[in-house]
Amino acid sequence: MLVSLDKFKPGDKGTVQKVTGEGAVRRRLFDLGITPGAFIIHRKTAPLGDPIEINVRGYQLSLRKSEAESVLIEKE
Amino acid sequence: MLQFGLAGNPNCGKTALFNELTGSTAHVGNWAGVTVDRKEGTYKSKNGENVGIIDLPGIYSLSPYTPEEIIARNFIINDTPDLIINIIDATNLERNLYLTTQILEIDCPVVIALNMMDIVEKQGDTIDIDGLSSILGVPVVPISALTGKGVDKLMEVAIKTASKKRDGKSILMNSPIKDAIVQVQTLLEEHNIPHVVFNAVKLLEADSISLENPLLSDHKDELKAVLDKIEENDIYNDVEAIVADLRYKFITEYCSPRINRKRAVTELSTSDKFDKVLTNKFLGIPIFLVFMFLVFHFTFSESLFGIEGLPSPGVFLQGLAESGVGIFSDFVAGLLETAGASDWVFGFVIDGIIGGVGAVLSFVPQILCLFLFLSILEDSGYMARAAFIMDQIFRHFGLSGRSFLPLLMGFGCSVPAIMGARTLENDRDRKITMLIVPFFSCGAKLPIYAMFTAALFKENSDLVVFGMYLIGIVTAVICAIILKKVVFKDENAPFIMELPQYHCPRAKSLILLLWEKLKGYLFRAGTVILASTIVIWFLSNFSFRLEMVGSGSAESILGVFGNILVPFFKPLGFVNGNDGWKAVVAILTGLIAKEAVVSTMGVLYNPSIGGDALEDDIARQALLGIIAVSFTPASAIAFMAFNLLSVPCIAAVSAARAELNSKKWTAFAILFWICTAWIVSFLIYNIGTLLGF
Repeated sequence: MLVSLDKFKPGDKGTVQKVTGEGAVRRRLFDLGITPGAFIIHRKTAPLGDPIEINVRGYQLSLRKSEAESVLIEKE
Repeated sequence: MLQFGLAGNPNCGKTALFNELTGSTAHVGNWAGVTVDRKEGTYKSKNGENVGIIDLPGIYSLSPYTPEEIIARNFIINDTPDLIINIIDATNLERNLYLTTQILEIDCPVVIALNMMDIVEKQGDTIDIDGLSSILGVPVVPISALTGKGVDKLMEVAIKTASKKRDGKSILMNSPIKDAIVQVQTLLEEHNIPHVVFNAVKLLEADSISLENPLLSDHKDELKAVLDKIEENDIYNDVEAIVADLRYKFITEYCSPRINRKRAVTELSTSDKFDKVLTNKFLGIPIFLVFMFLVFHFTFSESLFGIEGLPSPGVFLQGLAESGVGIFSDFVAGLLETAGASDWVFGFVIDGIIGGVGAVLSFVPQILCLFLFLSILEDSGYMARAAFIMDQIFRHFGLSGRSFLPLLMGFGCSVPAIMGARTLENDRDRKITMLIVPFFSCGAKLPIYAMFTAALFKENSDLVVFGMYLIGIVTAVICAIILKKVVFKDENAPFIMELPQYHCPRAKSLILLLWEKLKGYLFRAGTVILASTIVIWFLSNFSFRLEMVGSGSAESILGVFGNILVPFFKPLGFVNGNDGWKAVVAILTGLIAKEAVVSTMGVLYNPSIGGDALEDDIARQALLGIIAVSFTPASAIAFMAFNLLSVPCIAAVSAARAELNSKKWTAFAILFWICTAWIVSFLIYNIGTLLGF
């Protein structure tokens, strides 16, 4: 089942299946390595509940939940 | 002279390599129209060869979306450097190589500098450098920008490589979309468009810059026909996604196996362990606030860690600077006296030049102190975490959490705060931050509040001063929201940010950066600020008949201006009565430094009693008495608010001018400050009067 990244909890992991949305945000997600097939680990949520921190392609990336919403993942 | 461009991801050690290559020859400017650094310098090889090095903005991709990407791309395409040095963080190979796969498509010689090899070795990992080089088809040189190891070798290879022409090649040529690329490429070749491979791929991606290429304007229909035909095939309906995917697939398939890792990627590194504490759910915000407190404590505290008589480095150095200016001023005064200088020469040199510029210079230590702390936090990687922690609060004002420290610095001094805006993620945030920084009441505005509270609000002076700070913050928040909605409405800035590994800040980079900022500030002090000081001194001491009159008196040019400007200030309440113009003159002299408002009022409102109203107690009481009858509570607060929100001192304005690097934006900023100050003062005075104050 596909889960969007904003629903992830710390420690959850999975493989990206699809990135929805359009324009600059979507392109930036691609450019930073969030492409179909990329493996993602949810590391933590910021103290105030948003943004989140993930590990992708060996580095840490932070993004807001509103942007994470467009990343659909096959959760492990 | 050969020209090399330095391209790479943010946080890959590009600045360190640039500093290592160019040393003291570096010159920092701005790229036209945006608040992005343009750094240039010269590398001198052992054989005495000179190579010009241009540091391009740190980017993740050559997409057409951010100013940084557009600058880097336009530079590579239009300025045709002799070679691109693509610097890559070896500890983060996959993402760094993504940019490389795009750079390789451009018709330009490329050398790859594989940076951070010292860390790779320390982790016990190995990289097959020759293998990587043969896959990518360009030389790969391992270096450590931090220690300087391999840098000379890199330049040796680069100089040799630059002599050979290189045609762009795409890793996509072994992929399912190869045919489509070839079709577009053929069309571009027919019309002699340069960088065929690069442009062919970008056109397939429907890249706005490549589509608007003026060289293509005569062939738009032809191009559209080709692209439409390609798109008929379903696999091409989302080329942007496919291309990004193929690039990463290529990297993971062919390049990643060249690294022999000892440690699993997902294992926690030392940096991650730091992060566990610093961005902890409960500790994150308190730790952040402690850091902020320490920055201020070290810069402004009279007693460090509560120890009586032990000043903080900032205060101590400022004391030194002040006494230095004082000694110099006395020395020059002595010289002038012996030389029998006339009154106006004396006033011009001592009050005009030394007084004005000296006041600006005595702030240098604290400005540098604040800026040093900001740079340390930035360089160590902590600022990205600050943004992560505070983002939830700041996004509502259209800013990222990174704005917090520059804005906070505004309470100390607007100058480093405006310079610190450079550390923000994007151009929009930088501009909004610079525009609202002056609303954070700086130290120099405090004497104004002190004078008025002593005259009018003795009972609740703390409340009034606190209220002034609050007025500033509330105005800043409202303005940030309005600016985001009105001025920058088309620019959406996604918050997708790398959290780089923590590392110890490099002394060399910090020193170079501070020196750069100091140089800029001193240059402005010696030019713009000096000139403005002289002009204002002249205007306030001379009449239109060029006779020397009492400083700021009604006959002086400034006094006449003040009278002319009275109608503009009329609705704000504080220029009523015959003395109204004096308040206007005080505001104008506040441009030199905000404390000058107080000294001007001291002179203007208290002409009958001899003695310095700021030092002599009787004269001071008389001055406060006159102010108490000249202002109502409402008009006094309106006056303070106007000084708080209006155009900051010239030092801050010239810092903003240097950072914005645009006459248009500087003019907008000045207009914005005046309008905001007027509107807020207007509201305060009229609502206050209605309420009976």
